[in-house]
Amino acid sequence: MHKIAVMGDRDSIYGFAALGMEPVPVKETAEAVRKLREMVDGQYAVIYMTEELGSQIRNEIDRYREYELPAIILIPGTSGNTGLGMEQVRRSVIQAVGSDIIFGEDK
Amino acid sequence: MASTYVIPTRMELTRLKRKLVTARRGHKLLKDKRDELMRQFLELVRENRRLREEVEAAINAANKNFVLARSSMSDEILNTALMAPKQEIRLEASTRNVMSVDIPVFETQTRTTDPNDIYCYGYAFTSADLDDSVKRLADVLPDLLRLAEVEKGCQLLADEIEETRRRVNALEHVTIPDTEEMIHSISMKLDEAERSSQVRLMKVKDMMLEKEHHYGEKLIERAAEAGANA
Repeated sequence: MHKIAVMGDRDSIYGFAALGMEPVPVKETAEAVRKLREMVDGQYAVIYMTEELGSQIRNEIDRYREYELPAIILIPGTSGNTGLGMEQVRRSVIQAVGSDIIFGEDK
Repeated sequence: MASTYVIPTRMELTRLKRKLVTARRGHKLLKDKRDELMRQFLELVRENRRLREEVEAAINAANKNFVLARSSMSDEILNTALMAPKQEIRLEASTRNVMSVDIPVFETQTRTTDPNDIYCYGYAFTSADLDDSVKRLADVLPDLLRLAEVEKGCQLLADEIEETRRRVNALEHVTIPDTEEMIHSISMKLDEAERSSQVRLMKVKDMMLEKEHHYGEKLIERAAEAGANA
């Protein structure tokens, strides 16, 4: 049995808590990295993270890209959409194809 | 090209020829694998993009409502309202094999089946914006979970494609030409050795015949005779 967690600043994540996800409020970067490591070792299948927090610990997130679980998914927080989540998808495309062919096509 | 020195023997030649056949077959198979992976990946990544756009829009809307709710309620009330969630999601993760890549598949179960059973607070002290925010998030939940599945799948596939592409390129541009080069140089050397021994044999034969029949002396005699007659 796996768990779903949502990480970020309190305002952004408490709505998800109502849906039954486990809220993990963090304020500092170091704390976020420590908690994320704990969760990766634990029984978490999906970790939703606000883009704002994600941009602070990008290296840490990149490390878990090739892990089968957990899936770390960036979502917009209350402070708005930084586009980092889409950036992650773009990165997959560039890694696989060699150039960005999905996001350039409708511009 | 071939930087490694190989001993030009027939055995080595056979070995290299066999290696070339294997390399060619491997190259073809890996190329097919890469093409299929790419097809699957592009399909998945298009879905990923569509889902992400939808989910981001929904979450942004929910967040706007949440901020509104927060501004009209005190911290304590909001915290207590969301302190004890009613709903609980159970998630069962399994994997689906796509061209030897294990892609996660999530199966979720909510504790209560009633989709309206998401409000974990009485409505007395909370603002309607909070209800709206929670409702929007609940509506987007299936997409959100699907997004997690698809996005992780994309990341894993992208990794595998990159690796496969490298292997295809290594075979195509290094292993196969190098082996061909070595086979060429060995067969050249072997041919040369064969010609050399052929010539040596002919020479020996000539020498033996000469010793036996004295062709050379006869030839001179005949020439002398021809000279005298003329």
